Amino acid sequence: MSTDTEAPIYTKFAIEFKSSSFSVPVLVIQHTELKQIKHQLKEKIAQAPEFFKNSPLLIDLQNCNNTEQAFDLATLIEFLHTEKLFPIGISSGNEEQNKLALELHIPLHTIRNAHTESRPANQNLTPSPNEVVAEKTDNKASNTVENRLITHPIRSGQRIYAKGDLTVLSHVSAGAEIMAEGNIHVYGALRGKALAGVQGNTKSRIFCSALQAELVSIAGHYKISEELDTVDQHKPTQIFLQDQALIINNI
Amino acid sequence: MARIIVVTSGKGGVGKTTTSAAIAMGLAKKGHKTAVIDFDVGLRNLDLIMGCERRVVYDFVNVINGEASLRQALIKDKRCNQLYILPASQTRDKDALTQEGVGKVLEELSKDFKYIVCDSPAGIERGANLAMYFADDAFVVTNPEVSSVRDSDRMLGILASKSRRAEHDEEPINEYLLLSRYSPDRVKLGEMLSVEDVQDILSLHLLGVIPESKSVLNASNSGTPVILDEKSRAGQAYSDVVARYLGEDVPHRFINGEKKGLFGKLFRSK
Repeated sequence: MSTDTEAPIYTKFAIEFKSSSFSVPVLVIQHTELKQIKHQLKEKIAQAPEFFKNSPLLIDLQNCNNTEQAFDLATLIEFLHTEKLFPIGISSGNEEQNKLALELHIPLHTIRNAHTESRPANQNLTPSPNEVVAEKTDNKASNTVENRLITHPIRSGQRIYAKGDLTVLSHVSAGAEIMAEGNIHVYGALRGKALAGVQGNTKSRIFCSALQAELVSIAGHYKISEELDTVDQHKPTQIFLQDQALIINNI
Repeated sequence: MARIIVVTSGKGGVGKTTTSAAIAMGLAKKGHKTAVIDFDVGLRNLDLIMGCERRVVYDFVNVINGEASLRQALIKDKRCNQLYILPASQTRDKDALTQEGVGKVLEELSKDFKYIVCDSPAGIERGANLAMYFADDAFVVTNPEVSSVRDSDRMLGILASKSRRAEHDEEPINEYLLLSRYSPDRVKLGEMLSVEDVQDILSLHLLGVIPESKSVLNASNSGTPVILDEKSRAGQAYSDVVARYLGEDVPHRFINGEKKGLFGKLFRSK
């Protein structure tokens, strides 16, 4: 056997890349008046110093750039650093701002702005720390929870699979099959097969407006149609697992 | 551009061809240039119902194979000059239809016609799939009994997932329910599902209820689309369907006597 004895042999990799999600406060800059921004920010921090201490921050520049006035991003970042806040990204910056951010080793993010745009400008209320800066989940992170929403009826012969929770805003026909790794919600009659917690999550539940199913299953524990007539089939029903037994009751 | 309508059901014998003939004639009578295509290759019937079986020279498969032009194969109806029929081949089977070929024929027809009615064969195989693939609107013909309803439900699932519109992520096909062979008396006796029972399962836009009527059989035998029999209830019901499809506000008829019957109760508490 000829092996290179110089090459270190590791049984485990020294590093590993994983994708994970976490929420980061987003600082939405509403206009370009730095003095006012500094003043208000100091006030907010004074309300909840612990919350802001060494906190990462995403700076959303869309609203202030919409005003079409020049904004001094460098000074803002400097100020944030003195206040022990760490900007870890900027969003909706213009070309100049993006360049500056990269020079300061701050990455560029794209975030959906649905929340920020609709935020009221009422600054005089005393909001809780969470509301001081709109807390948003990173765009990439939100994709990792793969819940599924179906708004149309699920027809006989169709199969639907959700990696998270599955919500159906209509009925599920006889001969259809719906499966979810999480919970199943059916806002209509459930007449087909429904399997929740298919990857073994025993905490998952099935909810439906009317239970006329061919089969229901949670984490592999199942009951067929014949065993389901213990409850009113026209009332909202939930199904869950308790001590290895499938419990079915009207809500 | 023409509007492509597929008349489909999943189950056989529910009245697809009768419906295709009736609505094609109805649309043409309203002045819209309409073509009706028989997709039931090997089990050709539309020509009989339309009363043009003795004038068939070329057929759908000939056109797809380039053996005849569309103009040669289309049969002009003798009663209405806005209506043309494209018959199926009786000597071939469904494999003679290709998606590309069907697409080309429909595209060519679209240039000249306002409505193209595709009479789907029963089943969910090739013929039925190709009949619905290019559709804009679907008329789902259902009889008020459980197996027909379930087959329609299955067909609706296919319409929603395997059509061109679904594959290209376009606006989905408009789906309409046509409840045929309906008999209010038998619904009362609990022998038949009511309109409500069917709607409970399918939840579709109801385009019309066609009452069970002897005139349908007579019309088929004489090769006259039943819609031309203005005295018959079925003919009137089809006229209403065409009017509703074209956007007119026509109240529903022939449902009378509907109520939650014994069968409805039994069916629900099953």
